[in-house]
Amino acid sequence: MDLVLTQPQPLLKRISWLDWLFAVALALGAGYAYGQYVDHLSYYERAVLIGAVPTFAWLGWFWKPIKPLMAGIAILSLFAISLYHGNLARMDQTFFLQYLISSQAAIMWMCTFLVLATVSYWVGLLGRSEFALQAGTWLTWTAVLMGFTGLMVRWYESYLISPSVGHIPISNLYEVFVLFCLVTSLIYLYYEGRYATRQMGAFVLLVVTAAVGFILWYTFDRQAEDIQPLVPALQSWWMKIHVPANFIGYGAFSVAAMMGVTYLFASKGILASRLPKLEVMEDIMYKAISVGFVFFTIATILGAMWAAQAWGGYWSWDPKETWALIVWLNYAAWLHLRMINWVRGPALAWWAVGGLLVTTFAFLGVNMFLSGLHSYGHL
Amino acid sequence: MSTATRTIQPPGKALYELLSSMRFAVSLLTVIAIASIIGTVLKQGQPYSDYVFQFGTFWFDVFRILGLYDVYHAGWFLVILAFLVVSTSLCIYRNSPNMVREMRSFREHATDKSLAAFHHRREYVSDLSVATLAQRFEAYLKARRWHLKTRPTEDGGLLIAAKSGSLSRLGYIFAHSAIVLICIGGLIDGNLIFKAQQLLGIKKIETRDIPENQVPAASRLSTSNPSFRGNVTIPEGGSANVVFINVGDGYLVQDLPFILALRRFHIEHYPTGQPKAFDSDISIYSPDGKLIKNATVSVNHPLTYDGIAIYQASFGDGGSKLALKAWDLFTPKDQALDMTGVVHSHTELKTDMGNYRVEFTTFRPFNVEAMGKGPPPLTLKNMQVLGGNPTQGGEGMQNVGPSFEYKLRDAQGQAREYSNFMLPIQIEGRWYMMSGMRTAPNQPFRYVRFPLGPNDTLASFMRLRAAFLNPQLRTEAAQRFAATALGGGAANADMRTKLAESTAKMLDIFSQGGFQALGQFIQTKVPKEQQDKAAETYLKVLELASYSLLQLADEQAGEKPPPPGAVAGWFIRDSLNAYSDLFIYGAPVYLQLTHYDQVQSSGFQLTRAPGKNVVYLGSLLLVIGIALMLFVRERRMWVRLRPGGVLLAMSAAKKTIDFEREFAEHSASAEKLVKD
Ligand code: HEM
Repeated sequence: MDLVLTQPQPLLKRISWLDWLFAVALALGAGYAYGQYVDHLSYYERAVLIGAVPTFAWLGWFWKPIKPLMAGIAILSLFAISLYHGNLARMDQTFFLQYLISSQAAIMWMCTFLVLATVSYWVGLLGRSEFALQAGTWLTWTAVLMGFTGLMVRWYESYLISPSVGHIPISNLYEVFVLFCLVTSLIYLYYEGRYATRQMGAFVLLVVTAAVGFILWYTFDRQAEDIQPLVPALQSWWMKIHVPANFIGYGAFSVAAMMGVTYLFASKGILASRLPKLEVMEDIMYKAISVGFVFFTIATILGAMWAAQAWGGYWSWDPKETWALIVWLNYAAWLHLRMINWVRGPALAWWAVGGLLVTTFAFLGVNMFLSGLHSYGHL
Repeated sequence: MSTATRTIQPPGKALYELLSSMRFAVSLLTVIAIASIIGTVLKQGQPYSDYVFQFGTFWFDVFRILGLYDVYHAGWFLVILAFLVVSTSLCIYRNSPNMVREMRSFREHATDKSLAAFHHRREYVSDLSVATLAQRFEAYLKARRWHLKTRPTEDGGLLIAAKSGSLSRLGYIFAHSAIVLICIGGLIDGNLIFKAQQLLGIKKIETRDIPENQVPAASRLSTSNPSFRGNVTIPEGGSANVVFINVGDGYLVQDLPFILALRRFHIEHYPTGQPKAFDSDISIYSPDGKLIKNATVSVNHPLTYDGIAIYQASFGDGGSKLALKAWDLFTPKDQALDMTGVVHSHTELKTDMGNYRVEFTTFRPFNVEAMGKGPPPLTLKNMQVLGGNPTQGGEGMQNVGPSFEYKLRDAQGQAREYSNFMLPIQIEGRWYMMSGMRTAPNQPFRYVRFPLGPNDTLASFMRLRAAFLNPQLRTEAAQRFAATALGGGAANADMRTKLAESTAKMLDIFSQGGFQALGQFIQTKVPKEQQDKAAETYLKVLELASYSLLQLADEQAGEKPPPPGAVAGWFIRDSLNAYSDLFIYGAPVYLQLTHYDQVQSSGFQLTRAPGKNVVYLGSLLLVIGIALMLFVRERRMWVRLRPGGVLLAMSAAKKTIDFEREFAEHSASAEKLVKD
């Protein structure tokens, strides 16, 4: 018998030299940034920077395709930055920047690829075409690559406007919508790989396409893509962790909701022969809500801690805060509902779809209809 | 059986069952979510008068009794939260012993019969000895970090009972205790003590607008109050030893164990005019006036002293001193009076048109406005943009200098608001002093533009305005205009007199009501078909006659009138517009800001929140607990070894696809383990 069976399985044994190389590259990158900018970083920001190394290294080990993605983002971003020569005006003068990888161009490419991916997935689903489904996957990955590059370059561009204006691009509605598209796509891609089934992409990408539609409207109708300086309340390192944690939550809940939709379709016999088994959808729904719930919990707590520092109280019952609580309670209820014996799949699926409405209201509706302390992104 | 037990169940037990049931948990979570929505739909903590206005007195009272103006502190809301605490506590009480037992136990006493009933089960044939098999399976499981316990069986075989992921049970205890902790922490920081005192009648809310030192003890909270959250506004150079806590439609005064003084407040701005930083240089003094420390607080950077955190919450004017020129608008006087004002206070103003009270409300040292590229079109909309807040970035942003606002209240108590810029503003190449007026706070300001004369001052316009109100000068100007228009000589004498008379009449009408009065005059006196044409002629005559009037006024004042030409033409036109607007302006004077001495104020929020650490501890437990529950999967495995064969059985608390996969993996591995 082979010894492999008795070999321990833990993470450290499963990682290859490539994984180590990746970690070293991350550490070098962070080390370089640290050396260059240490004087401009607060202690917390230094901690965030250092903490990013093991976080992303672990992510790369845990989910292999993240490694080439991150390498691609790094290469494209650095290339774009090198083209700027520290001069923002070159955005409209250099071919690569103007049409490909200035933040605005890259984000538009992200939008394009996401729409194409959605179409591809639908063609694949309806036409039972493995090729089209595969194309959907690749298009989604490319979109994610372009989107993250766009955000990285935008981060750099904000500093070119003026060092005092520079900030991480997750501070207004336009930027977080891009983030939402990216996070939702990535979470979906993870499950797609994990369950080796691509058909659900057709449904999940519908939410992402809707977000793309919003970005396009916001860009062309409202000219919202301009980089704005940060109001004092947002100038905090908390933002760097609070917002991403929130959007992992939103993204995961969206994926879960679309699994719910897929489930409901399939359980009524619609497209059922083309879709995976109901258990798969149910499983992903549960997993996505679990991930979303954990991150949303963290995000809400971080938000409370940030509020304690910026506004003077960890909980003020501000509308955004309250809606975060409502979203959280909703999914807590979902998780418990699942454990009641007589509650079956369809009920859970409907509840998850309803959850997306609650989440969307917390995310967008509050900004549109309610006023409060959360001042970014009024529509 | 179950019905039998149910009927004999004592009510206490039934209640316990209900409160700690999963159905109750789901309902409770949903109810709290729905209740929370109310407070986000109905704006909380507004002045009661706003609610009365919005709902009418009947519904106002209904909503007030339901506590809808402060939902999150309403009795019924707290009761629901109390249910959450009780229910969760009962859940923990009910399930924890079982959880702990599950965590500890290996279930090594599973019988062959029970194992045979497992859904996830596989049997293998093996030639290996029980000892060898045991060694192999134990090594296999240990390498995967399973915990195990081996028990010999009567038939000479062994039972390996293994488990993994038991921590998820600990997660349950962590997460649910965390909910209780967080609620308790929140309650500590809520205003429960005051609520109790209010119920007992010891304390009551102050609703009168009286000086702080006159607030009676019943509405004051002592420095020993364990938790509070209040606000205070301090002008530069001022200090405070209390904060105000808003409750219902009134407030409470919270005494502080120290004196908080504001030395200076500063704002930094981005080039676009948006604020970049708010900083307050503060000092803390002991109650007897000894300086304890100096510090700077800013948004995101509070100061904690003596368990009380001091936050930068807002800013405003702390009583800037304004030096003003008051120009009479409806008397033939062309000189201004000097006057002073202090923001947040008021002065009496005696005029020929009655007595007024000027209430100075704000002063802004600068205003960044979107002036657009090149001269903006002269539209009313444009004028309103000028008075609005600085809009977002973009080109054409310009600092147009200081402005101040005041309310002018007449003897009847009616007030209009005014917003005046200190510096002239250029529109279409010409310079104006801008003064905005509105009759209600929710309206945009509408601007009167006083044109600057040849010396870049208001003097010319004011002289012309005064001249309009001087009948003698008007007549003289009419005559001069008639003479210039028709030439001298006796031939035209008759026509000249007629023209002079009608011009004087027109000047008279205009001087008493501007273009509106003139328009009305034309409408009543001129046949309909000829009105347009007449209006055109009248305007022309009015402009020319006004120029004559200006010449006269300037000569009288010993000033040189502007030479005829485009500049003078525009000046006259602008002056006529401005003069005409005065009849809508609604004030007997225009206050021009000449000098200021800015005093800012800073708003602080002070909190004492001893429950915060409990909440944070709870939060930490919550995250750990939830992560353990959701990401750690509890699985059990039994490997029953007997000579000649192996039985492998698995179970999991949650049946997921991962578990199916894992069972397949382990049963495949076992396949290999049982072979030589
Ligand atoms: C805000 C309040 C609550 C939160 C955030 C919460 C959170 C959770 C989570 C995340 C799970 C794990 C679900 C899963 O594994 O799929 C869980 C399980 C559970 N919760 Fe709660 N819960 C809350 C309130 C309650 C209440 C009020 C009760 C009881 C009435 C309760 C009883 C349970 C039980 C019995 C389990 C199953 C544990 C197990 O067998 O693994 N929970 N809870």
